[in-house]
Amino acid sequence: SSWWSHVEMGPPDPILGVTEAFKRDTNSKKMNLGVGAYRDDNGKPYVLNCVRKAEAMIASKKMDKEYLPIGGLADFTRASAELALGENSEAFKSGRYVTVQGISGTGSLRIGANFLQRFFKSSRDVYLPKPSWGNHTPIFRDAGLQLQAYRYYDPKTCSLDFSGAMDDISKIPEKSIILLHACAHNPTGVDPRQEQWKELAALVKKRNLLVYFDMAYQGFASGDINRDAWAVRHFIEQGINIVLSQSYAKNMGLYGERAGAFTVICSDAEEAKRVESQLKILIRPMYSNPPLNGARIASIILNTPDLRKEWLMEVKGMADRIISMRTQLVSNLKKEGSSHNWQHITDQIGMFCFTGLKPEQVERLTKEFSIYMTKDGRISVAGVTSGNVGYLAHAIHQVTK
Amino acid sequence: LAAYRTDEGQPWVLPVVKKVEQMIANDNSLNHEYLPILGLPEFRANASRIALGDDSPAIKENRVGSVQSLGGTGALRIGAEFLRRWYNGNNNTATPVYISAPSWENHNSVFVDAGFKDIRTYHYWDAAKRGLDLQGLLDDMEKAPEFSIFILHACAHNPTGTDPTPDQWKQIAAVMKRRFLFPFFDSAYQGFASGSLDKDAWAVRYFVSEGFELFCAQSFSKNFGLYNERVGNLTVVGKDADNVQRVLSQMEKIVRTTWSNPPSQGARIVATTLSSPQLFAEWKDNVKTMADRVLLMRSELRSRLEALGTPGTWNHITEQIGMFSFTGLNPKQVEYMIKEKHIYLMASGRINMCGLTTKNLDYVAKSIHEAVTKIQ
Repeated sequence: SSWWSHVEMGPPDPILGVTEAFKRDTNSKKMNLGVGAYRDDNGKPYVLNCVRKAEAMIASKKMDKEYLPIGGLADFTRASAELALGENSEAFKSGRYVTVQGISGTGSLRIGANFLQRFFKSSRDVYLPKPSWGNHTPIFRDAGLQLQAYRYYDPKTCSLDFSGAMDDISKIPEKSIILLHACAHNPTGVDPRQEQWKELAALVKKRNLLVYFDMAYQGFASGDINRDAWAVRHFIEQGINIVLSQSYAKNMGLYGERAGAFTVICSDAEEAKRVESQLKILIRPMYSNPPLNGARIASIILNTPDLRKEWLMEVKGMADRIISMRTQLVSNLKKEGSSHNWQHITDQIGMFCFTGLKPEQVERLTKEFSIYMTKDGRISVAGVTSGNVGYLAHAIHQVTK
Repeated sequence: LAAYRTDEGQPWVLPVVKKVEQMIANDNSLNHEYLPILGLPEFRANASRIALGDDSPAIKENRVGSVQSLGGTGALRIGAEFLRRWYNGNNNTATPVYISAPSWENHNSVFVDAGFKDIRTYHYWDAAKRGLDLQGLLDDMEKAPEFSIFILHACAHNPTGTDPTPDQWKQIAAVMKRRFLFPFFDSAYQGFASGSLDKDAWAVRYFVSEGFELFCAQSFSKNFGLYNERVGNLTVVGKDADNVQRVLSQMEKIVRTTWSNPPSQGARIVATTLSSPQLFAEWKDNVKTMADRVLLMRSELRSRLEALGTPGTWNHITEQIGMFSFTGLNPKQVEYMIKEKHIYLMASGRINMCGLTTKNLDYVAKSIHEAVTKIQ
């Protein structure tokens, strides 16, 4: 007999299931709109030129492979903080922050969650927007925290339920933890406008909530890194000492290299040092110290002026292609003769789009047209190309007319 | 931190690693897409094969699973998190976890942070005889509650450098089998210890042949010199394929909330190397180079101490194995070494053999001689 006889089979990953079914499909027109990675206009993965150049620099330098410090590559963490906070940020210049390298977005979120579980004694509750990225819930739960929700997405309008959000947030018990998506909300693509962010900041400040920003798409959402970080920077300027996780998976295409960072804005540099020491104590029994490759690529890009310029252009290129696909999808739907209001497709931002399609309609798209997406009607706009946007519009029109 | 050094006292990127990195850099078909949650398939299969052997019955019977992890630490953590959730009941945080006295200091933190509440030590190092306290170890296993978890160092025990002999491993395995104790191997030095991959994996393979279900956390930091790429693997050996499959499905859930999916660079290097007969042979050669240098430093240090007539016996220097050696120096003697001779070792008397070079051997030997004769 086995020690593991009672171990249950884990549930199948829903998104993986979509990809598996897609792979099995023999229809030449098939489309995979479940993919959470950027694709170029030929539907292929895209390795950024600035990344290739950084890699060539690394290869030529013949560096050693010595362990990084527990907190990661210093040039990377400093540049990462500066990218998020802005070079003119008072918090950045005064050094009243600590940034540690994390295993992309997930690893950074998890370090933060564990840190809050251990040191934020005021509350065990983390408030997520409804809906949020599927992995947020298990991450915080495994860290020992409890999950609550605030209204966010309005399925009737396919946009932000701002009054619902403000109403729910005003009732969150003081000193609870609230998670906000900095830009390109996943999975809805619905972001607050700057005026709405201002009201949200004032409210969370009034409620004395601990704000946890998840920024996985800086630059990738609007094409402008400063614009995408506006909310993060505004909150800090309002005196809200946030915690923040960043990912370079999408905006630098470094997915499998796992480059990310976790930041705590502190009262002063001395507090930051104490926080840093505790973060290291959390990291060491998890994986000792982080992987170098992705962080070094990102660091070289951020710290080399020419490469940074090139990166900014390339990330804008990716964002622009996504925005263009949204525009073309809407215009193609109009051309098909659809009478529905598809404005939310262009109002939403980032990689994902909540189409508003119902499960039965999604099922028809898959069965009749070999178009694969998750049951909630979410599509990855990254999977749309100028070559297949017409087909997609046609199919959507067929199932919604 | 412990890392290999050449005879010039420099870090060493293995020649085969440089070669494979260049191959990867030149391959424009490669991209940076996400790996699967459990890691690069070619890495996982090859890594477990290295630990268990090409002819492993467990592999043939399809009852081996692998989880690519962030170094050996990451593999330990995933294993610990799984055990806390699924071993000896559900979420049984009271299951005792036994760690050798002494051990790598991070072992304790890994299991504490994974949620275990009852962490104990088992007798291991006998300071008086400067060797393994086998009787103490076996006694602890006899007295341990059934189903307790034991962290075993597969080879090159850190920090003592003292390993059980094959015969002693057999005795250990017999007690563990009778008392239903769970073996969790930490294998951070395979190949690096003796120079032979097979020899360094003997204990793990013996336990498998005795029918144990076990975990083995593997690190490729030292034997591939890939320290900062965080290349590790958790090998899971179960009773049959079905059990292993369910275990992996639950480990996937744990990985998903810890790092989602592992880094690709290091795994690619290892997978490419292990799956090419030529590169594999080169790698074994590189590993032997490192192991041989350490073995040479051990024998040279011992012979100098014996030639100097340094009080005490020094055979433990060559009988111990791996990167570290428990010299037997007491804290006062260690202080002397550090303050007067500027030779840095741990308060425990642990020395990193990689720090020895042909240039400094004489000085180190003389210093140890002074410390032992001047300070009691």
